Amino acid sequence: MKPARFDYARASDVADAVRLLGSTDGFNKPLGGGMSLGPMMNLRLAQPDLVVEVRRLDALKTVAEEDGHLAVGAGITHSAIEDGRIPEVTNGMMRFVAGQIAYRAVRNRGTIGGSIAHADPAADWPTALRALGAEVAIDGPDGARIVPLADFQLAAFTVALEPADIVTALRVPRLSPAARWGYYKICRKPGEFADSIGAVVHDPERDFTNVVLGATDGAPLDVAALAEAVKGGGTVEIDDAKAALAAQGAVFDDYGNQIHAVALSRAIKGALAS
Amino acid sequence: MTEISLTINGAPVTASVEPRTSLADFVRDGQRLTGTHLGCEHGVCGACTVEIDGEPMRSCITYAVSCDGAAVTTIEGFDDDAAMEDLRQAFTENHGLQCGYCTPGMLVTARDIVRRLPDADEKRVRLELSGNLCRCTGYVGIVRAILSVLEKRRG
Ligand SMILES: Cc1cc2nc3c(=O)[nH]c(=O)nc-3n(C[C@H](O)[C@H](O)[C@H](O)COP(=O)(O)OP(=O)(O)OC[C@H]3O[C@@H](n4cnc5c(N)ncnc54)[C@H](O)[C@@H]3O)c2cc1C
Ligand code: FES
Ligand code: FES
Repeated sequence: MKPARFDYARASDVADAVRLLGSTDGFNKPLGGGMSLGPMMNLRLAQPDLVVEVRRLDALKTVAEEDGHLAVGAGITHSAIEDGRIPEVTNGMMRFVAGQIAYRAVRNRGTIGGSIAHADPAADWPTALRALGAEVAIDGPDGARIVPLADFQLAAFTVALEPADIVTALRVPRLSPAARWGYYKICRKPGEFADSIGAVVHDPERDFTNVVLGATDGAPLDVAALAEAVKGGGTVEIDDAKAALAAQGAVFDDYGNQIHAVALSRAIKGALAS
Repeated sequence: MTEISLTINGAPVTASVEPRTSLADFVRDGQRLTGTHLGCEHGVCGACTVEIDGEPMRSCITYAVSCDGAAVTTIEGFDDDAAMEDLRQAFTENHGLQCGYCTPGMLVTARDIVRRLPDADEKRVRLELSGNLCRCTGYVGIVRAILSVLEKRRG
């Protein structure tokens, strides 16, 4: 339960982090809160040669309200979001999601950027932020770019980052005041990674409706048929959700079919009730 | 080796550490502060919970190099803390521990609960304790101890 040897450097700014990550040909990793990388290294599932700490960079701690969205620095912790220490643009959805991630002692150090870069299928932010239509701001050797989250997470633990890229912020669209959301996480014990996650954002004023299923074997899944149902104002029962998943070829084992359908229908009920 | 400077329980410490040394191993082996316990070493059990810059965090998956410049408080640093005095007494009176392995982490978490969530009820206390495992007590005594301190602080 002890990590393999690695070298460590603390970046002084974003450019320095990108330079350090590209400075050797080895397996180099940015370090955020270490709340996922730490366990992976302790279990020796990850054995980086060089770890570059980015957690304390000012640029990653910045939160900026920009036209139509909030840019949340990648180094913002789950507990800062849980406590409402950043501006509210999602009608309470991000606070609700943050409070259910792991335990307070993990939320105090784990970051939103680390969670998105790690891309654990069972983690909360990849599904919740995808439902919100968020984008990822990235800086790297070729300069800065912005990628929609839907194009960022490619598979389980696989994202569109080059070796020397770092995530600098998550750009979260501002919901209209009347927008509604639902989020339903199924896990056996509070703070555990999910067995299933249903996430719904319904914002008719912006003509934006998204229904996303998380905790599958891969990247979070948009369920377009259910988004149409939500737009139409109809209720979605468990069997409707099962049918919608089957129709788009998302078939799991019996337990998976059941809990995913339950998570989706409860998330939708929550959104319509809110 | 990387040189770090931090404070531990209020006292300045400068040391040379291997990057892979966890904060938990650093305080236990390097500083002889063995009150911090290690259970799972991957963030799940809570035994290693200490305070870093005023907030409870996991010392098993936090590396000592990441704590350069930080203020770390381990269970040994709370001797004169008022909330911790109340909690120690309440844990004793309510059978909040048996073997004591989970206790340092439990107390750091309990102190966070009574300070951050003064209105917490039993359900909330149990939710907040979900990241600290105890294999002895069945939690009833721990929950009761924390509720009694919450009540006392509400006056
Ligand atoms: C006991 C426990 C329970 C947990 N339960 C949950 C849960 O229920 N739901 C949930 O969502 N999460 C859970 N987590 C994970 C937690 O949310 C982590 O905080 C998060 O996944 C990673 O954030 P981090 O800042 O700690 O990243 P790190 O661990 O530092 O890094 C994770 C990965 O992202 C990369 N990375 C980090 N920062 C950046 C950056 N700025 N740019 C590019 N790459 C970067 C690292 O190289 C690494 O590959 C749990 C963790 C623990 C220990
Ligand atoms: S030893 Fe750190 S959480 Fe278990
Ligand atoms: S008292 Fe033994 S593990 Fe809690």
